Amino acid sequence: MTEPTALQEAWEIVKTQFPLAIWETVYVTVLATLFAVIIGLPLGVLLVIGDKGGIKPLPGWLMKIINVIINLLRSVPFLIIIIVVFPLTRLIMGTAVGTAASIVPLTVAAFPFIARLVESSLREVDPNVIEMAQSAGADSWQIITKVMIPESVPSLVANITIALTTILGYTATSGAIGGGGLGKIAITYGYYRYKYLIMIFAVVLLIVLVQIIQTTGTHLASALDHRLKK
Amino acid sequence: MIRLVGLSKTFTSSQGTVEALKNINITIEDGDIFGIIGMSGAGKSTLIRCINMLERPTEGTVYIDDIDLSRLNRRELRKVRGKVAMVFQNFNLLMQKTALQNVCFPLDIANVKPEAAEAKARELLKLVGLEDKENAYPAQLSGGQQQRVAIARALATDPKVLLCDEPTSALDPNTTNSILDLIRDINEKLHITVIVITHQMSVVESICKNVAILDNGEVAEQGAVGEVFAQPKSRAARALVYPESSQESAISVEGQKLIRVVFNGAETAREPMIATMASKEGILANIAFASTRTINDRVYGSMLLGIEEKQVERAKKYLTGSRGITVQEVSEND
Ligand SMILES: Nc1ncnc2c1ncn2[C@@H]1O[C@H](COP(=O)(O)OP(=O)(O)OP(=O)(O)O)[C@@H](O)[C@H]1O
Ligand SMILES: [Mg+2]
Repeated sequence: MTEPTALQEAWEIVKTQFPLAIWETVYVTVLATLFAVIIGLPLGVLLVIGDKGGIKPLPGWLMKIINVIINLLRSVPFLIIIIVVFPLTRLIMGTAVGTAASIVPLTVAAFPFIARLVESSLREVDPNVIEMAQSAGADSWQIITKVMIPESVPSLVANITIALTTILGYTATSGAIGGGGLGKIAITYGYYRYKYLIMIFAVVLLIVLVQIIQTTGTHLASALDHRLKK
Repeated sequence: MIRLVGLSKTFTSSQGTVEALKNINITIEDGDIFGIIGMSGAGKSTLIRCINMLERPTEGTVYIDDIDLSRLNRRELRKVRGKVAMVFQNFNLLMQKTALQNVCFPLDIANVKPEAAEAKARELLKLVGLEDKENAYPAQLSGGQQQRVAIARALATDPKVLLCDEPTSALDPNTTNSILDLIRDINEKLHITVIVITHQMSVVESICKNVAILDNGEVAEQGAVGEVFAQPKSRAARALVYPESSQESAISVEGQKLIRVVFNGAETAREPMIATMASKEGILANIAFASTRTINDRVYGSMLLGIEEKQVERAKKYLTGSRGITVQEVSEND
């Protein structure tokens, strides 16, 4: 009789707790990505235009410092970032724990990653097309907003999709220390209470979410790409 | 009028310095179609990029209608660039924009209202024969069509000068001709001065009025296309105009003298001339070498004839009788 009880109990928990957990995972992921894009996009643009051959070359030492900082942030494990940004999180959110508060460390961890993704997308733009814009009298701002970004939209969409799925993975970790969502459920039930059924169910849901995001992103990127003959 | 005065450009990189342009002096009159021809690496692209200051010359200046471009600040320069439009070898279209949006691009840059820009762009697409393709993306167009869109785009800001950097090098011969016709039409109808960079003689031949031959960063020769082609003086010019002439070797036959016949816009084709000389004058000529081309129904180039010593004087007299032909005797070490 233990089997059906465990299943029934698990189902009960799924029904009562999962809708909120899914919602928390999704909104934390989306908001953290959004904020990371807000910081990472201009930074990625700066990395490309400030380069030696870029449209607005910056001093070499400055570019080096920016690059080192980005690499540093990228190499710090997420768990450490959560702890290090505690004061910042408290400052911004009033508290360092909870679902909403986890958006801060997620953003800090994700923006350098996004900056690199944006950089690689923008570097795909044909330099000859940028030269065309210059020859037509475009200034740097116009080149960024009317050439570089619009021309790399499909690649940006594909890369932001990657960022979304990565950040979704991070939310599971932030769930471990105070954040909400499916990650928290997987850990509290699976690790602390040995309810493996619930843990498996949460993990499967995370996988499904990643699949949905990835498939949608890939389709969107190719639908937006006019370089393909259609 | 465009004047390049003492233009030099030196690139300095970790690999050393490259003198891409050395003391270039060229004057291009309004309404001209001016060709700049040279081998790969001669400095053609660098030169054309100096004309609109995409590349700042190391020395010398560029005057467009007596405005010294090298003295302009960035903002003033951006304004001038609207009047000096550019067409590229690889079209350089925005791949995520339709043909119409591409043509609108320079107008958008110049803050022209969208409705006005679109009206103008439609007019230009019609001019280049693509009125039915305004919603097509570049990937859906052929190379020739893409270059037409690029030309329409270049015309959007009513430029006075059109700079073309190898506009037909990525196109097949038929498409090349239709694009060259279009450029000639634009020059005639819109009175736009055109500067064409190319490594293909045929391009200069079919549309240019004047030409400069660029060799290793220097102007080897310049002038009217007919003149430069008829009597290329520099080695670089000869190599370009008559690639075969490097093989010109005077194989003198016993008892024969060699004479060089230079065609400078002669109206006669070379074969009938030799034939008539034989039938009318009884002079048999042995063609030792010939390299001529026909431009606008006129013959340019030169030919080496081997003729019986006794008949040389009569042959010279007969040949010089035709307009646009000069004759020289060829000495042993010529
Ligand atoms: N940005 C640069 N830095 C260093 N050297 C350069 C640069 N641009 C051009 N050069 C050099 O200047 C010379 C002239 O180059 P340019 O591109 O003007 O030649 P080109 O005549 O247009 O040749 P092609 O027919 O191959 O296009 C070459 O030796 C080239 O390597
Ligand atoms: Mg070139």
